[in-house]
Amino acid sequence: MSLWVAYRAEARPNRARINDLLAGNLCRCTGYGPIIEAAEQAYDHPRPEWDDADAAAAAQRLAALGAEGLDYQAGGRRFLAPETVDELATLAEAHPQATILAGATDVGLWVTKRAFDPEIIIHTGRVRELAEMREEAGRLWIGAGVTYRAARGRIAALYPDIGELIRRLGAAQVRAAGTIGGNIGNGSPIGDSPPALIAAGATLVLRKGATRRALPLEDYFLDYGRQDRRPGEFVEGVWLPVPEDGARLRCYKLSKRFDQDITAVLGCFDVDVEAGTVRAARLAYGGMAGVPGRAAAAEAALTGQPWTEATVRAAMEALARDFTPLTDMRASAGYRMRAAQNLLMRHFIERTAPATATRLVGAGAALG
Amino acid sequence: MAMRDEAPPEAIRDGAHAARRHDSADRHVAGEAVYTDDEPEPRDLLHCHIALSAKARARLVRVDLAAVRAAPGVVAVITADDVPGVNDTGPAVLDEPMLAASGKTGGEVHYAGQALFVVAAGSLAEARAASGRAVIDYAEETPILTIAEAMQARSLLQEPYRMARGDARAAIDAAPRRLAGCITMGGQEQFYLEGQVAVAYPGEDDEVRVISSNQHPSECQMIVARILGVPHHAVTVEVRRLGGGFGGKETQGNLMAAAAALVARRTGRPAKCRLDRDDDMVLTGKRHDFRIDYEVGFDEAGRILGVRFEQMARCGWSLDLSHAICDRAMFHADNAYYLPAAEIVSWRCRTNTVSNTAFRGFGGPQGMMGIERVIDEIAFALGRDPLEVRRVNFYEAPDGPGERVMTPYHMRVEDSVIGEIVEELATSADYAARRAAIRDWNAQSPVLKRGIALTPVKFGISFTTVHFNQAGALVHIYQDGSVMLNHGGVEMGQGLMTKVAQVAASELNLDLERIRITATRTDKVPNTSATAASSGSDLNGMAVRDACATLKARLVRFACESMNATETDVAFLPNRVRVGPEEIPFADLVRRAYLARVPLSATGFYATPKIHWDRAKAQGRPFYYFAYGAAVSEAIIDTLTGENRLIRVDILHDVGKSLNPAIDLGQVEGGFVQGAGWLTTEELWWDETGELRTRAPSTYKIPACSDRAPDMRMRLWSRGMNRELTIRRSKAVGEPPLMLAISAFQAISHAVAAAGDHQVYPALDAPATPERVLGAVERVRGG
Repeated sequence: MSLWVAYRAEARPNRARINDLLAGNLCRCTGYGPIIEAAEQAYDHPRPEWDDADAAAAAQRLAALGAEGLDYQAGGRRFLAPETVDELATLAEAHPQATILAGATDVGLWVTKRAFDPEIIIHTGRVRELAEMREEAGRLWIGAGVTYRAARGRIAALYPDIGELIRRLGAAQVRAAGTIGGNIGNGSPIGDSPPALIAAGATLVLRKGATRRALPLEDYFLDYGRQDRRPGEFVEGVWLPVPEDGARLRCYKLSKRFDQDITAVLGCFDVDVEAGTVRAARLAYGGMAGVPGRAAAAEAALTGQPWTEATVRAAMEALARDFTPLTDMRASAGYRMRAAQNLLMRHFIERTAPATATRLVGAGAALG
Repeated sequence: MAMRDEAPPEAIRDGAHAARRHDSADRHVAGEAVYTDDEPEPRDLLHCHIALSAKARARLVRVDLAAVRAAPGVVAVITADDVPGVNDTGPAVLDEPMLAASGKTGGEVHYAGQALFVVAAGSLAEARAASGRAVIDYAEETPILTIAEAMQARSLLQEPYRMARGDARAAIDAAPRRLAGCITMGGQEQFYLEGQVAVAYPGEDDEVRVISSNQHPSECQMIVARILGVPHHAVTVEVRRLGGGFGGKETQGNLMAAAAALVARRTGRPAKCRLDRDDDMVLTGKRHDFRIDYEVGFDEAGRILGVRFEQMARCGWSLDLSHAICDRAMFHADNAYYLPAAEIVSWRCRTNTVSNTAFRGFGGPQGMMGIERVIDEIAFALGRDPLEVRRVNFYEAPDGPGERVMTPYHMRVEDSVIGEIVEELATSADYAARRAAIRDWNAQSPVLKRGIALTPVKFGISFTTVHFNQAGALVHIYQDGSVMLNHGGVEMGQGLMTKVAQVAASELNLDLERIRITATRTDKVPNTSATAASSGSDLNGMAVRDACATLKARLVRFACESMNATETDVAFLPNRVRVGPEEIPFADLVRRAYLARVPLSATGFYATPKIHWDRAKAQGRPFYYFAYGAAVSEAIIDTLTGENRLIRVDILHDVGKSLNPAIDLGQVEGGFVQGAGWLTTEELWWDETGELRTRAPSTYKIPACSDRAPDMRMRLWSRGMNRELTIRRSKAVGEPPLMLAISAFQAISHAVAAAGDHQVYPALDAPATPERVLGAVERVRGG
């Protein structure tokens, strides 16, 4: 199916693109060779005629469903799918105990793995305004319902390395369903978008009824499993600053497998250097604590200092005061700390000796 | 089946050695291939859920299932008390209670995830929900979880087993150079895409029919019969295909089959037991993790003079197949190298973890990892290219003086082609020049480092349990000349059915399309062995050939009698038979034979010759022959994070005279990538209470598409030819290629060594996760 979608919509893919298309399709028998060949050879064949007719018919049936909000009740359970953000605000306020569903890439697992049986679900997928992105006054607005797939292009245009990070987030299937707002809203300590958005200086907008409040994204994450979201409140979107030099912001994701893996450590850094001195530094990490957050001590060790290896080593040491990571199945505490420190060194090398090969995958990777 | 009327061609279509696609390839791709869970569900089908132990080691002091029985939709709850036969699924010895929980006596549990009881309900959701209502009180004891803990407590499933040749101790002590070390390697989850599943249909009286995703239908039949307390003839097991097995369904599917059969007998309703992925990963066995301690004496050329291995395997709570797996690890402690004096001691550790089981290679990969580490470390100590050290240690070719041919288990290696294969591969992969280029590249790259390694594989073919090396077949010819083929082998995606059908096509000289492939069933061919040990085509191909020979002999006799010819006048030409001057379509001859009351159905049988094993002496010939191959892998690592990937892989592999080059090459590729997964991204992780925490694709990482090396160059060895009289001189291909991936691991190790400028040996352990690689980098850099 992944290949079919691409075959219909895209030009003949190169090997890297095929890898991306298939990242969400595990194969245990082949070693992927024949599947890659099939992806390539499909383009030697014309698109079947029946396909257009099928697609048109499906589109028609979907359109016929209408544009009204949905309120479906069965077996003592309720599924609400509002059409406008105002309706959503009213429903969220009226049902503060409801589970807000914005992609189901996480909540879906609660249901299948933990037998989670929510009484009320409010689905944001039909809310038109939440799917909006727009640029105004030097900021990019990303509605909470914008999927990774929809967001990637515009974010990548501002911050190329966040684009690369999103390329490795889940796989095509997850990126088509998962939303930026959902990734923030559920407060996972290992969500990939919060550290990147925090490093970029994003502002979160929460809404309850008609009331909105804005806060720096990092302030939303209070503690493991606890966010600054009040009953009846929901994530409406984030403001992302349009940067002067977005290429300066770098994201480094560490996981056991490059594709379709949950992060062990994620470091996202924006270090502003002027005339050899660090003017400001935003260092955001995931996987290092119960919440994504900034490395205050390491930032302090950089700020105002000459942009040298000695300064970076001081920041690496300071990082040990910022976080006390845990050991789990993804990595030990010791690895998390050492790797998190080394990512600062990698960043320094990339910035000061850009000809040095530092990346194994993605844009700028050594040896394809 | 469509029969063609056109003029007979000069050769049949898709006989043996043709690169024919898998018989089900189109159905696989279209989603039309029927797997066990795709069977149409009867209206009164029950769904089973197996409740699992929450503790690693405990007595069950209270088992109260009243609330489970009272839960909505529940039709039956089965505990140890409800087993009419013997409550044990052990394949080799009875040490594996099927269900741990008893309402009367409580019971005891030996690992977190052990099966407690079975709930059957109208839906799986109801069965699962009901199971959560059980009240179980555990009196916990301190579990033995790791190899170190088991060795400390001398917690063993069997006495240590020893193989030796010569006086290794004396040879090591007298050697000019010596070294010693240790390597640990993790286990591996099979991660078949189709999880464990079985459906049981009650029959008349004590009969039950089971459709099981199972590599060993005959053993499944035996164990279901044992648990139901009925004769084997009351149980029929059927397997059409598996969505992957990899050894994980050699014994592990029997529990699900027995659970479904128990429910079916108890309720009189058909029952399905299909595991959720998390439960599957927690409940069922995996590849054994090993620790291997080694000591070696060698000379300045790197030639091994004496070597000792202590192999410690984590077997888990019961024996399962660990005996044979640990034996096979010992049989591969030499890999492709002549060891003049060797001692191998095997420790089968009993731990409070899942009972580890078969996984492609069956101990062989772990044994090979030991000797390949030794070779690599010798080369490092001498400052030599490991390939040089490999070359001076290889077993002799068959035309040599016969001095360096004896294995540590006293079998002569009479078919070694490893030298030839390695030289051909080293040239085609441009090994030497690339190794030099990598050194130069590394000199200018401070963060990323590359490495390269060439490793050989010599893998012994035969079940080491001698009596398993037998197979049966059943071939029918119908009046229209179409042929129905049945044998004891199981199709699990590996293409066995296609290859065996090609054998039948060639034996009868018929187009492949005239041969119908059928499901494996215990009522068609009895007393079969597991489709395992890479033996499927070897054994079943020969059994089918035997059946075809019987049928052909009858047809020849009939032709001679009815057409007044002699045997030499009769020849099976493509799709027709020549009898004297006359050529008759095969179907016509068959029709005439039918009318003359000639039997057109035959069984076939095969028992592998030459093999024997004396366990007490640890001597014999456990293998009919060896399969060989070699691979060059090139890897790149990040010295700041330990991240790593493969860049290029070159493989040259010997499958003898291939029965089907397309399918065999697929096995080579899939085996390599699966082996690379074992040694890199696939990590099993238990917490300190003994709970497996990598229990789903979210936490357990098999290779994804991008983990395949972007440049893979694989070839079957064109000069391959089995020296033994195997089916059409082919060689087994299922397992051997997995071990080609040891080259990937050693390439990573080589890159780590480069990070320390080749001053300190990396002593990398497996799997080479970023964490282990970074740890090794820090070690070689003195960090």
